[in-house]
Amino acid sequence: MMQTTPRTLFAKLWDDHLIQPESESTPAVLYVDLHLVHEVTSPQAFSVLRERGLRVRRTDRTLATMDHSTPTTPRGLDGRIPVVDVQARAQLAQLEQNCADYGVPLFTLGSEHQGIVHVIGPELGFTQPGMTIVCGDSHTSTHGAFGALAFGIGTSEVAHVLATQCLLQRRALTMEVRMDGVLAPGVTAKDLILRLISEIGVGGATGHILEYTGSAIRALSMEERMTVCNMSIEAGARAGMIAPDETTFEYLAGRPHAPTGADWDVALARWRTFTADEGASHDRTVVLDANSIKPMITYGTNPGMGIAVDAPVPTPSQLSDASERRALEKALAYMALEPGEILLGKPVDVVFLGSCTNSRISDLRLAAAAMRGKRVASTVRMLVVPGSQEVKRQAEGEGLDEIFRAAGAEWREAGCSMCIAMNGDELAPGQYAVSTSNRNFEGRQGKGGRTFLASPLTAAATAIAGRIADARTIVGGR
Amino acid sequence: MEPFVTLHSTGVVLPLENVDTDQIIPARFLKTTDRLGLGTNLFADWRYDAAGAAKPEFVLNRPEAKTAQLLVAGKNFGCGSSREHAPWALLGYGFRAVVSSEFADIFRNNALGNGLLPIALPEPAVDRISALIAREPAARFTIDLVAQSFALPGGERFDFHVDPFARHCMLEGVDQLGYLANKEPEIAAFERTRAGVS
Ligand code: SF4
Repeated sequence: MMQTTPRTLFAKLWDDHLIQPESESTPAVLYVDLHLVHEVTSPQAFSVLRERGLRVRRTDRTLATMDHSTPTTPRGLDGRIPVVDVQARAQLAQLEQNCADYGVPLFTLGSEHQGIVHVIGPELGFTQPGMTIVCGDSHTSTHGAFGALAFGIGTSEVAHVLATQCLLQRRALTMEVRMDGVLAPGVTAKDLILRLISEIGVGGATGHILEYTGSAIRALSMEERMTVCNMSIEAGARAGMIAPDETTFEYLAGRPHAPTGADWDVALARWRTFTADEGASHDRTVVLDANSIKPMITYGTNPGMGIAVDAPVPTPSQLSDASERRALEKALAYMALEPGEILLGKPVDVVFLGSCTNSRISDLRLAAAAMRGKRVASTVRMLVVPGSQEVKRQAEGEGLDEIFRAAGAEWREAGCSMCIAMNGDELAPGQYAVSTSNRNFEGRQGKGGRTFLASPLTAAATAIAGRIADARTIVGGR
Repeated sequence: MEPFVTLHSTGVVLPLENVDTDQIIPARFLKTTDRLGLGTNLFADWRYDAAGAAKPEFVLNRPEAKTAQLLVAGKNFGCGSSREHAPWALLGYGFRAVVSSEFADIFRNNALGNGLLPIALPEPAVDRISALIAREPAARFTIDLVAQSFALPGGERFDFHVDPFARHCMLEGVDQLGYLANKEPEIAAFERTRAGVS
């Protein structure tokens, strides 16, 4: 009898999409099931097709949306969202032209399904277990929450996939991230992933694909799993994956592009095979005790610079590695923070609730529940930006927009908004923000802006207090 | 893509780890539909002050940096966003190679695909090179992609490794799309075996 080696989830998906295995001299040719496209990283790829007279090989496996450079300001009287930035307008027009020329389906600005690419793929049921999914966007890792192999690619590779539906790839290593235990009240999936990144560092998983396992992961909802997988890239991993289970199937059932009827049964049987085999071995394993996780916040200028919200900011002189010490000094200088400072109670100027990490309906519900009947501090500007038009409609149907508005927060149209600050939503130099997004790099939310990454609950608590607050105090966990 | 065989150049050192692509080219410059013109805004927020004037203390603004085609940086260079605008901006400025002890995965791919050579060397080697540049900014290094070697002026050499396929493409100055497009029969055959699978 043939002996088969137990395979990881990654290995199964890799094998399943392999057109040509890799050799010493050539990378593997890997088939792509779903290619997501947005306005910022695609124009130069379509130019390549034009220069070479190529077509989009599978328009039925390609889907485009507008999200990064779109404004999120309220609609005008004509029902349209005004794009005042000339360059952004040209970029959006280019995407529209490209999609029309090449037959790629597109959700334009203001259309009913428009939204952040990593929010709409799952919510419309395009994202499914066992798929390979790519996008010219590093947070494509989000889709790994469904047991898909999903990763970000560069624009040249966007052209490769448009033209051939394939990518040239070297097989990655895998790292199991096992998290057992129960998250305490006030502690969210965002805190869990921020804690992991703070432990292994922003380069900790370079060259690896993460497979998240353990009871704490199993207990997460799909939207929480997306939050976790989303930030895998912040640990240096190109992808993060969670094997599909009943939670996954329940989420998918009835979504517009999910299979139905007999097709559903066939798909379900197939999806159930996408788990790591018993005894499959990983190149590395990291174990984290979920019970020990507290609400997290970042203090520095990369997502690995995170601490428990009540812990002191690290002190450079206590670091032995010269290069790390320099990095910490530079970060604290940029953030205008003192070594040993406690962030709890520090006044902030802006609170941003949004981004592909935390702009889904459950994120908005969590924040709204904490803010019901309360007011955003008068010194704070709070932006609430739903991840998609669908999320926005759903939130409005539940009256969440009223809660945010009554609290004094701005309720916006869907998009990336202040996560990337290329659409008019940005911090002023020197401003402090608590943000539910994924990157606190220098200037990420606006030139000179200073970002504290945290969960939607911490964001809500902070908005009300006007100062960095402990989410556990608003959920009675303390 | 311009072929890359050898490079003989001075170097500049950016002694920082985890340099992210948001620093290499800030997002507000990504509203372009072109690859050109990004070099002017390479490291914009470190390079220019609020008024847009060059900050004299930043390495790229020193006179010796003007002609350097080699950048030496700390570990995990190019982390963060997948924007290919990062290698386009580095190339636009005039860099042809970057040395670091570790590159972020997507950045490395993007760089290789555009003829910007990412040279991964052990940390002590990177430190040696950085120290040498600090002492002698005019020191010229020789990078040989055929031999995969990085030579210091005194003749000392460090070997590096580049994926053989990417190396072939860089040496020839061809991009990877042509190779992939030739796989059309295999791709079509694969799709037939997967009919019905979403
Ligand atoms: S929300 Fe932020 S991280 Fe997510 S896709 Fe948009 S810009 Fe990228």
